[in-house]
Amino acid sequence: MMSEDQVIVGLEVHCQLDTKSKLFCGCSTDYRSDGPNTHVCPVCLGLPGAMPVLNKRSIEYAMKVAKALNCTVLHESEFSRKNYFYPDLNKAYQITQYDKPLAEGGYLEIESDEGGERRIRLTRIHVEEDPGRLVHMGNAERGKYSLVDYNRAGIPLIEIVSEPDMRSPKEARKFLNKLRATLEYLSVFDSEKEGSLRVDANISIKGNERVEVKNITSYKGVEKALTFEVTRQKNLIRRGQRIERETRHFIESTGITQSSRSKEQEHDYRYFPEPDLRPLHVQSWMEGIVLPELPDARRERFVAQYGCSLNHARTLTGELKLANFFEHVVAADPKGLSTLAATWIADTLIGELNYRSMNLESVDAPGFTELIGILKSGILTDKSGIDVLRVMLDQRMNHQSCETSAAIVDRLKLRKVTSVTLEKSLTYEIVPNPILTAITEVLTEQPGAVDDFMKGKKGAFNFLVGQVMKKTRGCADPGELNRMLVEALKKKEV
Amino acid sequence: MEAHELSFEPDDRYNAFLAVCKKAPCGKGKLAGIAVAVKDNISTKGIETTCASKILKGYIPPYDAHAVELLRHAGAAIVGKTNMDEFGMGTTTENSAFGPTLNPCDTSRVPGGSSGGSAAAVAGNMVRMALGTDTGGSIRCPAAFCGIVGLKPTYGRVSRYGLIAYANSLEQIGPMGRTVSDVSTLLQVIAGKDRHDSTSYDRPYTHTPVADVKGLKIGIPGEYFGGGVDPKVAGVVKTAISRLEELGATTVPCSIPSMKFALAAYYVTCTCEASSNLARFDGVRYGPAADTKKSWHDAYKEVRKAGFGTEVRRRIMLGTFALSSGYYGKYYTKAQVARENVKADFARLFSEVDLLAGPTMPTIAFRLKEKSDPLSMYLSDILTVPANLAGIPAISVPCGKADGMPVGLQIMGRPFEDECVIDAAYAYEQAVK
Ligand SMILES: [Zn+2]
Repeated sequence: MMSEDQVIVGLEVHCQLDTKSKLFCGCSTDYRSDGPNTHVCPVCLGLPGAMPVLNKRSIEYAMKVAKALNCTVLHESEFSRKNYFYPDLNKAYQITQYDKPLAEGGYLEIESDEGGERRIRLTRIHVEEDPGRLVHMGNAERGKYSLVDYNRAGIPLIEIVSEPDMRSPKEARKFLNKLRATLEYLSVFDSEKEGSLRVDANISIKGNERVEVKNITSYKGVEKALTFEVTRQKNLIRRGQRIERETRHFIESTGITQSSRSKEQEHDYRYFPEPDLRPLHVQSWMEGIVLPELPDARRERFVAQYGCSLNHARTLTGELKLANFFEHVVAADPKGLSTLAATWIADTLIGELNYRSMNLESVDAPGFTELIGILKSGILTDKSGIDVLRVMLDQRMNHQSCETSAAIVDRLKLRKVTSVTLEKSLTYEIVPNPILTAITEVLTEQPGAVDDFMKGKKGAFNFLVGQVMKKTRGCADPGELNRMLVEALKKKEV
Repeated sequence: MEAHELSFEPDDRYNAFLAVCKKAPCGKGKLAGIAVAVKDNISTKGIETTCASKILKGYIPPYDAHAVELLRHAGAAIVGKTNMDEFGMGTTTENSAFGPTLNPCDTSRVPGGSSGGSAAAVAGNMVRMALGTDTGGSIRCPAAFCGIVGLKPTYGRVSRYGLIAYANSLEQIGPMGRTVSDVSTLLQVIAGKDRHDSTSYDRPYTHTPVADVKGLKIGIPGEYFGGGVDPKVAGVVKTAISRLEELGATTVPCSIPSMKFALAAYYVTCTCEASSNLARFDGVRYGPAADTKKSWHDAYKEVRKAGFGTEVRRRIMLGTFALSSGYYGKYYTKAQVARENVKADFARLFSEVDLLAGPTMPTIAFRLKEKSDPLSMYLSDILTVPANLAGIPAISVPCGKADGMPVGLQIMGRPFEDECVIDAAYAYEQAVK
């Protein structure tokens, strides 16, 4: 039942399709690490006389998405021109689809706030070209000038439009996450590429005008922008004010939305069919499209095959890489390791990675697999397991390499001490801090350098840092090492 | 392969050329060493291409139009770029930012347009052949006015890649020459599928003209001899048609009822497409630079106001209006319905006859500045636009004179039967030689 102040959200999601070449020309889409205007040709520069030629692959990709999202591909679809002036729009029109989109209908199931699955209906999916990009020199309004980079111009985009079926900012976030997972499972989208996703959201409080929020470029941003809007709109209603139908822009840095100048709402895009392209008749391709295992199916398989809890399965299959990582870790002994691995990945590893802003690629998969094996053998407590994991991640973060789990366990002497009886609860040997041990040793071995330091030679300190680093085989955290060395030297002075 | 150069220093007393290549490279092939002039809305790598507009002054394309590439491969010497109505918008070549072209048959008259420069270059014996473009008669009209041969090929027969678009769904690049043979030879070179133009068809043209119309059934649409058509012109054309009968063709009167909507459908469609095509000329990438001290919006306005001529601005505004919300259905949609009706009429006629014939233009060439009223200029396109709306091939071949000025016989055929149209024109040309 909808309550009086029920939130109603619909999304328009633009995703870059991960094709090798652009939508209407042969230019490479792999532009991010290259200089401006290096992936361009007459077509994507919009030079006079150049004509678009449709990249079949991008239509195949879009149709994969349509099939996975249960949409109906239309018998005939066509490209149209959306006319507007903007310096990043080289032809002063965008080739997009208007009244004959590639596909209509469909749905995506998400986990509802109350638990269980909720079906979010889709309106349509269409294909269009990305415009170029403006680089403002200084502030966009008052800056001296802006530069235009057309590398991005012509990158294929799909726009997925949902019905206003979401009931909270959190559901909107879940919708996006599920959509991202689905697109990644289909291998048509790379969510890690900067700017690969852009979202416009329509949000209203039941019985009031709806507001469009544009310019959301991150998954978290969607929830943030909508939460801000819910509060703003509810406050207005509470004060008896009217909500105006308008377009607002999300400011990522501050987390607020801002009213766009009314001029922009007066846009009349003067759509008409693109005369340089023929209408598309691709419905018959649908039969040939074979879908891979999608998130829902994989989740159910994880429950059935590995005995994962529904929550763990949901988390693990919520990202393609995570699901692959899990299956990789348990590959050697699925029966023995899966419960432990699911818990450790879903409950511990993700949190530790987020805390360090690290991604899954930086985890040493063999090391982690070994750790799960060690935990399985029972020689480590959970707490020690976390310690080992943290050391591994810290080393990876600072040095791109790390010791093996077994080496860490041995070096930190983390094996459960067997002489200690279980009644006494779990105790561990007191392990001296390896950095401190190394510092003590270095200070005794290098009296000359210590002397030089006391006389104020800055170089001596760096020399001592180097020696300690050497003794710890590069595993010491530089910050911690510096701090401890300063402490130790201070004690020497006294 | 040996590279050659053709030196080309014409006495351009008609202002036919906007750019001249004094030393034009040429090679071996079907057009070896032949001087070919190219209309200035067709991109030529390294040669300034302006569409006779101030807004493209200084624009040197970094690539060749597909048709130009084919010319070069065939050994032709591209000797210059010809004058035209700005962006193809006109019927007289007076709407050029760089001055009008004069008609070599009578320099007090216009050469027709918009490919007036190409027609004058051929008629004035400066080149043997030229490329023109035909959106609503822009090849056939100047061919008729200057007394040469011009063909608008079937839509899709010649690649438009590199043709600076005015009205994409209507226009074609086509050959112009003094004889039907030359026009046919030029079409052999430029026709065929191009992977850069999705609307081009794999229908190469390998035909050699045959002077034979025996057994052909030619429809004579009443609308082509109705009000607005100069009786003298009509008389000359009727004589030409009776010549075709003498050669063995039979003629039947027929009617194209949708003709009364053709001009409106044409002008709505072409201005809509033009308003979008020409929006990119904003001073950011080519032409006179925008004033960067102004906001981009103000700078665009200024550049576009100063850079486009009156007729271009008029058509951009008409098209912008016709596409705007609330009017789209009234204009664009209706125009497309009318266009389908024109196509249907032609399809019906071509199930009964092989060709249609009539005058190319309702009058002889206008005097300079005679058509100052845009509406009366638009009306003069009435006999040429139907072929563009239907996408069918149409040729204009000289068929005599009225008041001392050339008159063109227009012959239209079924889609992709450019061969048949050319044969009929060739038969007539050979008979009157
Ligand atoms: Zn490109």
